This record gives sequence, structure tokens and C-alpha cells, in this order.
Amino acid sequence: MATKKIESQEKVITADLFRTVGKSVEEMEAISRPSLTFWQEAWLRIRKDKAAFIGLIILTVYVILAIFAPMVSRYEFDQQDAYAMKQSFSAEHWFGTDSLGRDLWVRIWVGARVSLSIGFIAAFINSVIGTILGGFSGYIGGKFDMILMRIIDIIYGIPALIVNILVMVVLGPGIKSLIIAMVITGWAGACRFTRGEVYRLKEQEFVLAARVLGESTFMIIVREIIPNLMGLIITNLAMAIPAAIFREAFLSYIGLGIAPPNASWGVLAKEGTAMIRLCPHMLYVPAFFICTTVLAFNLLGNGLRDAFDPRMRGTD
Amino acid sequence: MGKYIAKRIGISLLTVLVLVTVVFILVRLMPGDPFSDPKMTPTVKENLNAYYGLDKPVLQQYTTFLGNLIRGNFGYSMKYQNQTVNNLLRQSFPYSLDLGIRALVLSLSLGLVFGIVSARNRGNKIDLFFVIVAVIGTSVPDFIVGAILQYFFAVKWGLFPIAQYKGLAHTILPSIGLGFYTMASVSRIMRASMLEVVQQDYIKTARSKGISNFRITWKHQIRNAIMPVVTVLGPTVASVLTGTFVIESIFAIPGMGKYYVESVQNLDYSMILGQTVFYGIFLVFANMIVDIAYGFVDPRIRIAK
Repeated sequence: MATKKIESQEKVITADLFRTVGKSVEEMEAISRPSLTFWQEAWLRIRKDKAAFIGLIILTVYVILAIFAPMVSRYEFDQQDAYAMKQSFSAEHWFGTDSLGRDLWVRIWVGARVSLSIGFIAAFINSVIGTILGGFSGYIGGKFDMILMRIIDIIYGIPALIVNILVMVVLGPGIKSLIIAMVITGWAGACRFTRGEVYRLKEQEFVLAARVLGESTFMIIVREIIPNLMGLIITNLAMAIPAAIFREAFLSYIGLGIAPPNASWGVLAKEGTAMIRLCPHMLYVPAFFICTTVLAFNLLGNGLRDAFDPRMRGTD
Repeated sequence: MGKYIAKRIGISLLTVLVLVTVVFILVRLMPGDPFSDPKMTPTVKENLNAYYGLDKPVLQQYTTFLGNLIRGNFGYSMKYQNQTVNNLLRQSFPYSLDLGIRALVLSLSLGLVFGIVSARNRGNKIDLFFVIVAVIGTSVPDFIVGAILQYFFAVKWGLFPIAQYKGLAHTILPSIGLGFYTMASVSRIMRASMLEVVQQDYIKTARSKGISNFRITWKHQIRNAIMPVVTVLGPTVASVLTGTFVIESIFAIPGMGKYYVESVQNLDYSMILGQTVFYGIFLVFANMIVDIAYGFVDPRIRIAK
């Protein structure tokens, strides 16, 4: 119908017959969002992600309490009290006492220092070693890459737990031994992952541009490739920490991690499982902190993965 | 495919050799002495060392050990007379294997079902429930799960036997305790993978062809979504089997894990060595089989290698 009408009137269609109904050209080209750096963008999105933000708050609170709670408490973590054994929660002892009358509130936070620092340090060292080796391996390729990948295949093949146990037996219990035991096997995962990502990135134009400009291989890896992987590396770090906390708890449970009277969450949980019939709170309290910490790291890790994902940029 | 399998077997054999060597070196580095009884006279000690070949050069000990291993002899205990690793394994491994298989079957089947149901109900209460179960499951260490299960279901309510491994009723709590983490992580992976597959073009194609929702989920979605679960199967087998360490000690099951921890605490060199090597070989080959099976399932791997 409409076309017939136009034909019959034989009218020439010119540009001034049209007018812009929606946005003008200026509006369309305008930059709607403030320009943000990588970190600002990530922070903004983490804050908007409720679950991840809760995870971050929980962890911050735990870290602060781990640092300060033992300092201001009236009790020492290994101070025994024969008159206050196996007590439940009270105003005197917030988390009750254990079978030797030691205050659980203090022991939890002293244990948090151990468990959290092992988690952080082991995961951090693993990721630094893995990222650097994986970066070079992926970028340089060739024989170095081949040999490193075979080594990683072998490390992957050997159950990490068995190596951890043996290293702990050789080195004896303690924080340092735990970290060494976890680093010996742990770097391989980060290395293989980084290598794969570098393979993907190294053919891209900005790397080529850097090469044309005469940057050295080392600088290309450090300044061009690794910053592009930073989001993924941090996400993996957040996911690796709970694994390390789990491993510490496991090793302490079978009597190889941290030796009593020192406390870690694993040691406390082990003591709790032994006393579960008489004073179950001795298990519930450390179990609660292990679970919430691991949960918080998982929530944060998920949030970070989304926050750093360039495909999610500006979707909110 | 033949090349891929050959390569995979080659790597596994090399891994076993490295594992054996590393374990041998580490065990020699261990502090303490298997014959540390203070009442022992030096002559007795020397005789014992000679009897167990500990006076020979380390290299010779190593070759002897390797030679024995090839003949399928994992060694003997230095703490208990007449106790050999092979004997111990013969008694204890069936328990661990049985428990491990039960836990694996339970956790894989439940995990997959939970993941699928969760993804199909995305966003509603059913999904929320399974997501919460999965999140809790992956944030609780298995010894805590084991201890709590034992306390409530066996001690407090008396629904199941407290310990030991003598019949079907005895196997239920340990299997759940051992499989809980795996179940949760499988359900998480499956859910994420299902949701990713839903967005693929071939699902749209199937939908536009008018295939029923059930058939799409069953024939297209699940078959493609299951791949990431298959990938983690190797590490999963390893984690379930090493998880028996704590579950066996909680439920007093006479399996390998219990004896392994005991040997470590007794500094029984030869027992640690033998059991570690056995564990290692078993897990390396379990991993290898999973990888080869993966090659059969996923055509992309066959072509790539």
C-alpha cells in the first residue's frame, strides 16, 4: 500500500525528509563511562558483586582478628587451666576451652595466623614461580619448553599428597616445612596454566609491535604478556589459597603439619574430632572457621574471575 | 591414537621411575633410625643393619630395591618381623579399593545428577539448594565431614555402626564421608558446564528443529557437558583414594591409609617406601587409563596428538 502511494505521487525522496528520532550522532559517539584503569575497573565490579564482596569482608575481618585478637587477650594460646577444662561458650572464654583448659578464642586466632599465612605464602610462591617459568616456557618454546613440560607431566603424575607427606616426614613439622612441601609440587599447576595462556597471547599484535620496537624477550614477557594475564593469575591465586589451607589441615590431622601445643586450624580440628563426644564445640569452632574461610576465598575467586573477564566489561 | 597411547604409557613409566627414585632418596633423608631402641647393643644394631642391607652403599641398596620392585616385591617391615609390604597390601588394599569404588560411584552419580538438576532449574529454589550443598561440600575438609557423620548418625542416633567394615551398613557412612567433597565439586563443574553448553549454537539448532526439551538435555546437552567432568576424573580418583587416609582412621577400617599413616609415625622406612611406591604406581596408572579413555571419548585429542 505504502509503496504504491509513493510511486503514484512520484515524489523524490531526499535527506531532509528524514529526521533523527533517537540519539544524535554526538550522543552516540560520547564516552558514556569514565575511563578506568584495570584495577579501578576490577575493584568497581568486585564491590558490585555481592557474594564476592561478602567474601572479601569475611577475609578482612579474619585477618584483622588474627593479627590483633591474640595481642589483646588475657590468655596465652598455650596457657593451661586445670579449673576451666572443656567449658562451653561463656563470657570468660568466648569460644570455650579445650580439654587442657586452654582458651579457644585465642587458639583460633593464633591458629588463623598459621593457617592463613601458610595459605597465602604457599599459594603466592607457587604462583610467582609458575608464572615466571610458564611465561618463559610458553614464549621461548623449543627445547626448554619441551623439557619443562615433561617435568611437569611427571610432577602431575605423582600424587602431590604423597610427596607432601614424605617431605614433611623428612623436614619435621612446622610452617616452613609445610610451605616447602606445598611449593615442591604446587608450582606446576600455575606453570602449565600460564604457559597455555602465553601461547595464546604471544601471536597477538601488541606483542608483535613490542618486538618490532626492539624490546627484549624478558621485557616483553614482564611488561606485555604477564600484565595481560594478571586477572587470571590473581583469580587462580585466590582459588589456590583454600587448597593450601585444606592441605595444611589434612597434614596436621595425620600428625605431620603443625606440632602441638602450637595451633593451626588443622590442629584444632584434629583435637576437636578426638573430643567430639565430650565437647563438640571443640570441633565446631575450628570447622566453622575453616569452612567460612574456604567459602570466602571461593566466593572471592568467582567474583574476581568475572571482574577480570574482559568479556564482562561494561555489562553492568 | 596408537601414538597417543604409546606416549601416555611412556610418560607414566618415566613418572613411576622418578617417583620411586624420589621416594627412595627422601626416605634415606628421614631423621631417626628404625632401630632406635636404646636397649639395643651396638652389635645387635650392626647385625640388623647387615640383615636389612643398610650397611651396603646407597647405590647398591637402590638397585636392589629396583630389582625387587620389578619382580613385584615391595619390601618388608623393619618394625614387625615377618611382615612384608606385599602381605600388608594383600590384607589392606581390598578394603581401601572397595571403599574407594563405593565413594567414587556414589559421588560421581549423585554429583552429576545434582549438577544436571541444578542447571535445569537455574535460578529457582531447587537450584539454590543444590548450589548451597555444593558450596558447603567443597569448603569442608573430609575429616570433619567424617567425624560429624560418625557423631550424629552412629553415636547419637545409632542409625549406622560406629566403626569397622563388616557389611553393607558399615560401608555407608565412610563412603559418604569420603565422597562428599567429590560429589560437591562434580556437581559444581557439571552445573557450570551445562549452563555453558546451553548457549551453544547446536542447542539452538536442535531447539529450532523442534526436538523436545528432554531429548535436548539428554542427547545434546549432557553428552557435551560431561567432558569437563571426565577431565577431572584422574585427579578425582587420586583424591578419593588418598582421602581414605583420614576416613579409614576415623572409622577404624583396616585399609591401606590407616597402615600408611602408622608407618609414617613409626618411621618404618621400608614400609613407607613400599606403600608409597604402590600408591604412586596405582595412581599414575589410574590417571593414565583416564587420559587414554578421554582420548577415545573426545575426538579433538585424537587428532591433535
